[in-house]
Amino acid sequence: MSDGRIRLSQFKDWLTEFARLIADHRDELTRLDAAIGDADHGTNMQRGMTAVLAGLSGDTVAAVCKGAGMTLVSTVGGASGPLYGTFFLRFGAAAGEVAELDPTAFAAAMRAGLDGIVARGKAEREDKTMFDALAPAVETLEAGVGASLGDALHAAVDAADKGRDRTIEMVARKGRASYLGERSIGHQDPGATSVALLVHAAASTLA
Amino acid sequence: MKKLINDPADVVKEALLGVEAAHPQLHVDHENKVVYRATGPTPGKVGLISGGGSGHEPLHAGFVGLGMLDAACCGEVFTSPVPDHMLAATKAVDGGAGVLHIVKNYTGDVMNFEMAAELAAAETGAEVVSVVTDDDVAVQDSTWTAGRRGVGVTVLVEKIAGAAAEQGRSLKEVADVAREVNANGRSMGIALTSCTVPANGKPTFELGEDEMEVGVGIHGEPGRRRMPIAPARAVAAQLVEPIVDDLPFRRGDQVIAFVNGLGGSPLIELYLMYGEIARILEGSGIAIARSLVGPYITSLDMAGCSITLLRADEEFLQLWDAPVRTPALRWGI
Repeated sequence: MSDGRIRLSQFKDWLTEFARLIADHRDELTRLDAAIGDADHGTNMQRGMTAVLAGLSGDTVAAVCKGAGMTLVSTVGGASGPLYGTFFLRFGAAAGEVAELDPTAFAAAMRAGLDGIVARGKAEREDKTMFDALAPAVETLEAGVGASLGDALHAAVDAADKGRDRTIEMVARKGRASYLGERSIGHQDPGATSVALLVHAAASTLA
Repeated sequence: MKKLINDPADVVKEALLGVEAAHPQLHVDHENKVVYRATGPTPGKVGLISGGGSGHEPLHAGFVGLGMLDAACCGEVFTSPVPDHMLAATKAVDGGAGVLHIVKNYTGDVMNFEMAAELAAAETGAEVVSVVTDDDVAVQDSTWTAGRRGVGVTVLVEKIAGAAAEQGRSLKEVADVAREVNANGRSMGIALTSCTVPANGKPTFELGEDEMEVGVGIHGEPGRRRMPIAPARAVAAQLVEPIVDDLPFRRGDQVIAFVNGLGGSPLIELYLMYGEIARILEGSGIAIARSLVGPYITSLDMAGCSITLLRADEEFLQLWDAPVRTPALRWGI
C-alpha cells in the first residue's frame, strides 16, 4: 500500500463497491432517466452489476475487468451495456495480465476505458453523456497520480461530481435524451450520474 | 399500476411462454429470448432478424413467419437485447445467403446490433448487413442528435423486405429494398397518456387531462411539444402535414397509409383517425394504394397513435401484397 500500487483484490473491491452504490442509487438513476430517457438506467445497471459480482473472478487485472466487461455487455442492454462493457474491456486490455498496477498504469487504463466509450458512443464534450463526468475525472487522475494516488482519486471524485452537475445545463446531443432538444436542459444526465459513482467507488477502494 | 402480470421482473420471460404456447409455428429460445420460425432457416434465403426492447408488441416477434422475419430478439421492456442474443439469432437463421439486421435507430439498439455483427463476422464469417430505420419526423435530423427514431416504417420494412427475401433475392438486393422503404417512409405520433413500464410501476411522464404530447416516441420518451388536446380532425392535420412536407409527398404520389395504435387507444378511434387522414390526403391529391390500421408498433399501454406514409411504387405494392403468415399479419395464403 505504501508504494501506492493497487492490488488485484482492490480491483475486485472497486467493482463490489460500484455494485453497492448502483444498488443504493438505483431509484435515483431510474428517476433521472425517466425525465429525459426511458426510465430504465437504474434497473439495468443493477441487473448488470449483480451479474458482475456473481461472476467476479480472475487472477489478473485484465481477466477480472474483461470478465466484468463481457458480463455488462451481455446483461445490461440499452446503450449502457455496450458503453460500460467497452470501458471495462479496454481498461482490462490496457492494464494487462498483471496482479497489481502502479498508479500511472491505472490512470492509463482509465484513459483507455474512456477512449473505448468515445469510440463506441461517438460522444464529445458537452453532449450531456457519461463522458462529461468521466473525462474530467480521468484528466485529474492523469495529472495527479504521480504525486499521490489517494489525493488524485479524491480530486477525481470532485471532478466527476462537478462534471455530472454541469450536465444539468447541457442540451443532450446523444442518446434518447437528444430527441428532447432544449427540453433536456435542467435535467442531470443519468449516465454521468452512474459513472460518477464508479469514480466514487474507486476513491474508497483503490488508495 | 394495474397490469395483468405476475412479478414485474418476469414480464418478458412469461410473455414469451405465452407466445410459444399460442403459436406452434414459432419456436422460442427462452434463454436468449429469441423467437424463430419453427421450420428453421430456409436454405438459400437471406435471413431477416429484427429486435429491440419489448413493449412494442406485436413488433417484432409477431412478425416472425413466412414473408417477414426469420427471428426476433426480445430485450427487456424498452431495453435493447444484448449482442449475445443477436449473435445466436444471426447464426441460427443463416441459410447460406447472409443475414439482414433490421435495426430501429436508437443508440442502444444500434450499438448492440453493431457489436453482434462484429462478433458474427469474427466467429463464423457470416455476412451481415444492417439497415437502420429512422422515419420519425418529430425529431430534427442533424449531426447534433442521435438522429431520427425508427418507428412505424419498421413494420413496413419488415413486410416488404421480407417478401423480397422470400423471392430468393440476394442480401444486397434485400438490403437495398429495406433502405428504399425506409427512405420513402415518414411517421409522426401523438400521445394522450404516458405508458407505465412494469418495473417502474408508475407513468413515465405526466400528461394533464386536457393535454397531448405531439411527436412522442415509442418508449414513453416525451415528444417535442405539449399542447391542449384537440378534436381528431385537428390532430390528424397536425400529424399528416409535417409528414407530407418532410419527404415531401406530392400530388399524384401513391402511398401505403398506416395508422398505428400505441397500445391504449381502441380500434374505433384508429379508424376514425384513418378517415380523417384519408380525407386530408384526398384533398392533397395523394392516393392511398394500400392501408394498415391497428396496433402494430405499440408503447405498452400508451393511448395515442402514429401515422406512417410510405410512397410506394408498383414493386413495393407487389411485395406488400405477397403472401405473409405471421401471428400479427396474415394474408395471401
